[in-house]
Amino acid sequence: MPELFASILAITLGAGTSLIYATLGEIYTERSGVLNLGVEGIMLMGALTAFASAFYSGSLIVAMIAAMATGAVLAGMHAFLCITMRANQVVSGLCITLFGSGLASFLGQTLGPQSNSRYLVGLSGPKMTPLAIPGLHSIPILGAVFNQDLLTYLVYLLVIAAWFFLYRTKSGLNLRAAGENPQTADAMGIPVSKVRYAATIWGGMLIGLGGAHLSLAYTPGWAENITGGRGWIVIALVIFAMWNPLRAVLGAILFGGINAVQFRLQAAGTVIPAAYLNMLPYLATILVLIVMTWWETLSKRIGAPAALGRAYVREEK
Amino acid sequence: MRFLFEKRKAKSRPALFLVPLISFVLSLALAGILLALFRANPLQTYAAMFWGAFGSWANFSEILVKTIPLILTGLAVSVAFRMEFWNIGAEGQLTMGGVATAGVALFWSQNVPAWVVLPLALSAGVLAGALWAGIPAALNAYLKVNETLTTLMLNYVAILFSQHLYYGPWRDPKGYGFPGTAYFPEAAWLPRITGRVHLGLVFAVLLALLLWVAINRTRWGFETRIIGQNRTAARYLGIPIATTIVITLLISGGLSGLSGATEVTGISRRLQQGLSMGYGYTAIIVAWLAQLNPIAVLFVSLLMAVLLVGGDQIQMTMGLPAAMALVLQGLILFPMLAGALFTEYRLILVHANTGKAKAIVAERSPDHA
Repeated sequence: MPELFASILAITLGAGTSLIYATLGEIYTERSGVLNLGVEGIMLMGALTAFASAFYSGSLIVAMIAAMATGAVLAGMHAFLCITMRANQVVSGLCITLFGSGLASFLGQTLGPQSNSRYLVGLSGPKMTPLAIPGLHSIPILGAVFNQDLLTYLVYLLVIAAWFFLYRTKSGLNLRAAGENPQTADAMGIPVSKVRYAATIWGGMLIGLGGAHLSLAYTPGWAENITGGRGWIVIALVIFAMWNPLRAVLGAILFGGINAVQFRLQAAGTVIPAAYLNMLPYLATILVLIVMTWWETLSKRIGAPAALGRAYVREEK
Repeated sequence: MRFLFEKRKAKSRPALFLVPLISFVLSLALAGILLALFRANPLQTYAAMFWGAFGSWANFSEILVKTIPLILTGLAVSVAFRMEFWNIGAEGQLTMGGVATAGVALFWSQNVPAWVVLPLALSAGVLAGALWAGIPAALNAYLKVNETLTTLMLNYVAILFSQHLYYGPWRDPKGYGFPGTAYFPEAAWLPRITGRVHLGLVFAVLLALLLWVAINRTRWGFETRIIGQNRTAARYLGIPIATTIVITLLISGGLSGLSGATEVTGISRRLQQGLSMGYGYTAIIVAWLAQLNPIAVLFVSLLMAVLLVGGDQIQMTMGLPAAMALVLQGLILFPMLAGALFTEYRLILVHANTGKAKAIVAERSPDHA
């Protein structure tokens, strides 16, 4: 029994990591007032570039930088369309996702070595191995927490940093002001557009890293559609977290846990058809959304940044 | 000196036509750079795509085959987007339509007269698609649950459900393990016009015309437009917002459901792997490129189908992945989104020293002087 718990805990944490990265990235973005529905596409491209560059360079650091750069470029495109060109943010985000998935699929069939008919599928490259923290990792059950890969340890530090930045620093306050009331922020001398650009691009880098965790650690290697809708679950997790980085961990653990239970049940061989188990994360997302929306109306608390999804236009005379 | 955007008094008419056209050309150029990076000659590739698509009657009829579901889902997405209801669940609604139609065709066809089978099967598909869109619609209309996420999540649920059926309980016992149901009885086959082009093409074109009339000439069309432009105004005008959302989404889902229904009865004649080919996602591009105009959807769908068939062809002739078509489709909207600004704004140059604005794109209107 303890082994069962330990294994569920280990899978939960592993499955949660990519979700936390992307959720954090989306929180930065949305807090500044930009809605980025391109998460799924950015994660896919992050996963692809991370795996491809790890495969050719043999370096995990290069892979992580590549994933972050890809995320920055795609999120930068979104920022340009939404902030400078004032495009519809929903459609622009969808566009990033469609383009990202198409490009990832294309590159997955062109970037591979000649020996594998230029495919990236089925190759194995360098992967992140768990780094056990001496002493702590041998604690029964909870030891799994101290036997994770580098990106997983890093994400928990980033969560605390995000919380500190958003709620305890001047720049964090500026970022939130740009998302809550851009008119007033502008009047106070905050460069709204620059802040939004920075938040969106930094957010994209984190989302890209989330993708990298999938192809380097969680399910090492490249597979078409490796994200399986995680990018969309992330959008829901941001709502669940009420745009608070600390609560994002809770949500990611919840969804990681659903993944883990699904795995264990499938491995144990249940009477429930696999398809129904695989539906769980998606159905859970819908349920979470219903509960959160209902609760928000009931408690009259609105978590979303007031200017989320709206372009800021300074009225010119 | 810097550039500023100034709002136009009215949407620019030439820009309405020019922007999509320029977007298409720009996307070809951008994808060309990508192709060049992968040691493929862009012009040669586009020529191969073009001749692949139009080079033979067989391929051209394949374009029409792919146009049908694109029109139907494109219309489905358009009617929802007009209300700023972001239905990105056309893929799932299409799938559920295919599943319901297959269910009727496979298991009910023995109990009813032969001429009833096809209309009954198609209606089941329309109904299933409508209900699948009705769930997120009702959740949004009455509980304000984010529709983008619910419609998208239900795609995964629908696709997993259909896979479960054709891999499991509905699998053809004589199919040697092929992931698919048995063929439908002939009474449930949708007649074909030529090649694999089926009657769905007629449905799609008629529905596009019907929707154009409904949008421009009926109260419903007016109400959905107001809801999309300004919900507060809609409320003051006494428009029943929740009811209109649900009804419109039943129509939207029904259209996608019909596309699934005509795919299974007209093309595969059974439920099998490959029903969800991503038409529901391409539909988003179709709808936006067509600027949510049903008539324009007809032509944009044709263009997207050309890209899809051309993509399949370059895979065969040049060994380039067919996903190239997806990259091209994804790229088309970027210039389009950026260019939309020019239909509502014009670019003006502002001199920082004098603060005086000078219109460089269009002449200035008298009251600005």
